[in-house]
Amino acid sequence: MGNVLVWVIWFLGAGGCLASGIAVVSVTNPFYSALALIGNLASLAVLYLLLAAEFLAAAQVLVYAGAVMVMFLFVVAYLGGRTDAPWAGEPAMLRTAAVVAAAALLVEVVVVLGLAWGDSLQEPAEVSDSFGSPAEIGELFLTDHLLAFEITSIVLLVAAIGGVVLGTTPEKEESA
Amino acid sequence: MDGPGVGWYLIVAAILFGVGALGVMLRRSPLIVLLSLEIMLNAANLTLIAFARQRGDLDGQIFALSVVAVAAAEVAIGLGLIVAMARRRLVLDVDRASELRG
Repeated sequence: MGNVLVWVIWFLGAGGCLASGIAVVSVTNPFYSALALIGNLASLAVLYLLLAAEFLAAAQVLVYAGAVMVMFLFVVAYLGGRTDAPWAGEPAMLRTAAVVAAAALLVEVVVVLGLAWGDSLQEPAEVSDSFGSPAEIGELFLTDHLLAFEITSIVLLVAAIGGVVLGTTPEKEESA
Repeated sequence: MDGPGVGWYLIVAAILFGVGALGVMLRRSPLIVLLSLEIMLNAANLTLIAFARQRGDLDGQIFALSVVAVAAAEVAIGLGLIVAMARRRLVLDVDRASELRG
């Protein structure tokens, strides 16, 4: 019974994920596109929960769907309606090439998965209840992965400074 | 593990990655290209987390968290570039933003 429930939740999560992903790519208005991405991130968080990644699911909703997407929506609102690029203005050949390239990527991955399906993808490891909990993630970050943690903070600092530099108007432009 | 095996999650991640790649190649508004990039990053994250579960090893989740931080940095810079483009009255079209092309 519990098994069926997990499958149902998985179907909801995966279906929501794929539907909102396709909506992000196919909708013409960037505002709706950003809203669809929020749905995509939320349904991905459901899949993360099913994979025993509780802390990541929470971080996904807080950081991504919360902070990052709010920033996105602000920029979309700031830019207004003039960002509505046409769905496809380029030659049909380029469009076909893009679809073929994406389909090739997909087929490659699915073939590789199919080859591994029988042996290495069966029987996931047994994990304890605390697998993926904030305590375990935090401990790993402060012991084994301290360097990655510190480098992440430097990356964020550089990005913040870069954002400020990009956002400041040069003086000669201001007088013009 | 109850419910679907790890392979099913990987298939969802593969389809998501394909959809994101299609968006990056097909769309011309830099905003939507950035959103499609986010989809691709998240597909990669889903794979990392699926394999972390498969192997019972938390390193994959740590990696996924670092990817989230890098994605946040990327969005900050990308949005800064788009706003800078808009303020210079450039057309917001990735195909026509070719001034830096060598």
